[in-house]
Amino acid sequence: MVQNRGYIPKSRQREKPREGLKYIGKSMKRVEDPRILTGKGVYADDISFPEMAHVAIVKSSHAHARIKRIDTSKAEKLPGVLAVLTGAQAAEICGPLPTWSSPPVFQRVIAHERVRHVGEAVAAVCAESRYIAEDACDLIEVEYEPLPVVVDPEEALNSRGDAVLHPEHGNTNLILESKFDFGPVKEDFAAADHVVKRRLRWPRSGGTPMETNGATAVWDEGSQRFTIHVNSSMYNFVGWMIADTLKIPHHKLNIVPTLAGGSFGAKLFLYKQPVMAAIFAKIVGRPVKYLEDRMEASLTNDAHASDRVYYAELACKKDGTFLSFRQRIIDDYGAYFQYGVGQHGNALAQVVGPYKINSVGVHVQAVLTNKNQQGAYRGFGSEVANFVIERMVDAAAEELKIDFLEIRRRNFIQPDQFPYLIPTGNMYDSGDYEKVLDETLKILDYKGWQKKVAEMRKAGRYVGIGIATTHERSVFSSTEFWMWNLDGKIGWTSSPDSMSIKIDPRGRIYGTLHSPFWGNSPETVATQVIAEQFQVDPSNIEITYSDTDKGLHSTGPGGSRFTVMVTGAIVGAAAILKKKIYKIAAHMLEANPDDMEMRDGHVSVKGAPQKKVSLQDLAFHAYYMRLSMPDPEDPDLTSGLDATYVYDHPVTTLPDPKREHMGIFYPIMGHMCHSMVVEVDPETGQFTFLDYACVHDSGVMINPMTLEGHMRGGVVNGIGSATSEHYYYDKNGQPTNTLLTDYLLPSISEAPANMKCGHVETPSPFTEYGIKGGGEGGRMGTPPALAQAIEDALRPLGVKITELPLTQKRIRQLVREAQTKRAAD
Amino acid sequence: MNKEKITVTVNGRKHEKEVEPRRLLSDFIREDLRLTGTHVGCEHGVCGTCTVLVNGKSQRSCLTFAVMADGAEIQTIEGLGTAEKMHPLQQGFWEKHGLQCGFCTPGMLMTAVELLKENPNPSVDEVREALSGNLCRCTGYQTIVESIQRGAEIMRGGK
Ligand code: FES
Ligand code: FES
Repeated sequence: MVQNRGYIPKSRQREKPREGLKYIGKSMKRVEDPRILTGKGVYADDISFPEMAHVAIVKSSHAHARIKRIDTSKAEKLPGVLAVLTGAQAAEICGPLPTWSSPPVFQRVIAHERVRHVGEAVAAVCAESRYIAEDACDLIEVEYEPLPVVVDPEEALNSRGDAVLHPEHGNTNLILESKFDFGPVKEDFAAADHVVKRRLRWPRSGGTPMETNGATAVWDEGSQRFTIHVNSSMYNFVGWMIADTLKIPHHKLNIVPTLAGGSFGAKLFLYKQPVMAAIFAKIVGRPVKYLEDRMEASLTNDAHASDRVYYAELACKKDGTFLSFRQRIIDDYGAYFQYGVGQHGNALAQVVGPYKINSVGVHVQAVLTNKNQQGAYRGFGSEVANFVIERMVDAAAEELKIDFLEIRRRNFIQPDQFPYLIPTGNMYDSGDYEKVLDETLKILDYKGWQKKVAEMRKAGRYVGIGIATTHERSVFSSTEFWMWNLDGKIGWTSSPDSMSIKIDPRGRIYGTLHSPFWGNSPETVATQVIAEQFQVDPSNIEITYSDTDKGLHSTGPGGSRFTVMVTGAIVGAAAILKKKIYKIAAHMLEANPDDMEMRDGHVSVKGAPQKKVSLQDLAFHAYYMRLSMPDPEDPDLTSGLDATYVYDHPVTTLPDPKREHMGIFYPIMGHMCHSMVVEVDPETGQFTFLDYACVHDSGVMINPMTLEGHMRGGVVNGIGSATSEHYYYDKNGQPTNTLLTDYLLPSISEAPANMKCGHVETPSPFTEYGIKGGGEGGRMGTPPALAQAIEDALRPLGVKITELPLTQKRIRQLVREAQTKRAAD
Repeated sequence: MNKEKITVTVNGRKHEKEVEPRRLLSDFIREDLRLTGTHVGCEHGVCGTCTVLVNGKSQRSCLTFAVMADGAEIQTIEGLGTAEKMHPLQQGFWEKHGLQCGFCTPGMLMTAVELLKENPNPSVDEVREALSGNLCRCTGYQTIVESIQRGAEIMRGGK
């Protein structure tokens, strides 16, 4: 299969990567910042209308129970309460919430008949103020009939009877099981000299942005329409599905994006808040806001992340050559299954990391348990795959007694082998992994640290070095969500992004984004690319966001796709505009349209820059001089200057019908190396960073400053996932850390004070200018490197790390276990 | 519920309002005065996004009742500078990429204002110490420290 490169499509790249770009590649200050820095940015909770009412929910105290009885009468009588809804009442008004899973596992905005996790809404109140709404919630009495609770993912494989969350899918909580062999797995394992085996555990964390999810809905009686302001992404991709839930015609809903105070996947697509706000807005006839509080954000935001047990096996030759990689994965999806096993589709994109591995066996068992369901978090499942492959590689190095960097180098895919197809069928577009590793070692001063570490160890200190060489796939296509389904049907294959550009009669440029701001830098990116395309000063460009009424087909940020996709859309729209501009300019300058170029806010003749017309004068002509066009009949020369462009995924293919491979679905392959030196105190289990260096290859960079921002922020997310963050449920399904007091996000004290960031730029041959995505890499690279560093530091004690998070307590426990084992040996 | 009359001066402007005793200062500022630049990330005193200056001292407005601020002078992010004429700290954050989503930024800025009043030239460690109670999920903190040091430099008269 790997040899069959016939299905790699031709590149549609128009703008080649090149030297001498004026705006792309510059660390321009962000255009988003002045309003945000002065407190004028409008986030979800900043939306306000006269007469606006507020919603609060009654949260289930049970992990799994039948709802026997709800009494809302006292709440209804509380002054200031406008309306109360139970699950049964809500089910009459609206349908199930959107889902993409197969089989579809339906969830309702308010639980009906049965609750499946603590925190799930069982009733909701709309009142004059949030204070009154919460008071009223306390007056609602709910009687439950407890059902058996399922918490442990491996035990969930065996649930039967009342312990089954969704009996309509059979007498099991194993909601989906899939097994694929890509390439000759059996043969490769038979040919192996050595097989490394590990059970690895990745804990349940979550994106946990500082701003929670929220929506404000306005019902307009006259037009019979809803307008919903929400901090959700993907509103122009799948926003219409909310109309289905609300049982209204799709054109009777307009979704308006607000700024989002971070997402990291947690706001990929929100439906609970918009639906809840909308149903109440219509009932009470007033604008209604529903904003999650922090506890709801932990308990019921539909955005917990991968929670996996891996049984992994890596088949190797004596010399360290990797042959095959086999894994059984049990993944705890929580109580619902919104994206199916999309997170595992994602992981297949780069399951072999940067290494040549001939075959891959994957066996996924997705189970449902009584927890807040999984959604997306920076990496969408591939960060776990990175952790697993890197842990396996480190284990192989140790067991085969090969240096951990040498074993990587021996197996790296080489720069002349791209585009490269991995056994799952996905393509790696380009890369130079040795270069990234070498650059990292240089900026870390690896040799210097090796010496220092040796001396420190002699002095009895526990110091270690960790290095991980990992991938960041970017620009997903929709395939990853459905390629597992074996019903023979083709799922969605579009995942475009769009741009509208208008040049006004005075030559000012307006770009309309069809994707929201979710903490990234969409306005800055668009400004830089538009400035490059038209060679105008960024101060002449204004970027705004469309609502769904005016929105074009756009997937939105997620999967590190925004920069590549919006750049493609801008290049497409600019090409349409430039064709027209050049025709008009050629006419005004009495020259040939093919000889025109843009430069410093003017259109001029190539080689004769003094023959020029300003964009301002040209735009005026385009708007008001229809009869002085070169050819007044030319249908391209209608009055005005505007264009839209829908840019489809740059390179994607269908999966093989028999699923011998999954096709190309996540091919714009970034790479990064994270390295660090840590010191561990075995007594307390505390560790400190002595150094941290990382190098990312995200292709050609648009804005190195903002890319570095993603790297640094991602690293600290990764530190959280690796050491402190864990949405933990006890055996009764009771979550034990629902507030920021005990769900521990890294504070500044846990972050490295001086992280050194470096870059390598290997252009993509498929995207405009050779850009790759870079939004998630930090979080995807840190955990395996940190696990390795801590293991290395504790090597004298013989500690092995197979499970995250490495809390102080766990490190202490590992040390004690190792010491006891030593003593016993 | 009974309401109490309070007088507070926010960013130099005096407001007389009636509030319920249980009304949080964060809600009072954001909803009653419509100054939504102050953000609420947790409502239980951990994240620091809601930090404002009460009589010059940083305080978590989500842990303060509005009635407790009766007679006080309050400063919020809106009282720092404008997009046209930024406060040096805002300028520092802009230049050094001290924000991504910007949700934690009001708390970071107000905490930094207090720090620089006491210490116009803080070291990295001193800035880190001052920010130890403010969470940011986006930046990894390092550029926030650089931003504050840059703001301090501008305030000390540097370009
Ligand atoms: S909102 Fe006040 S500390 Fe988090
Ligand atoms: S910039 Fe997003 S939380 Fe700090």
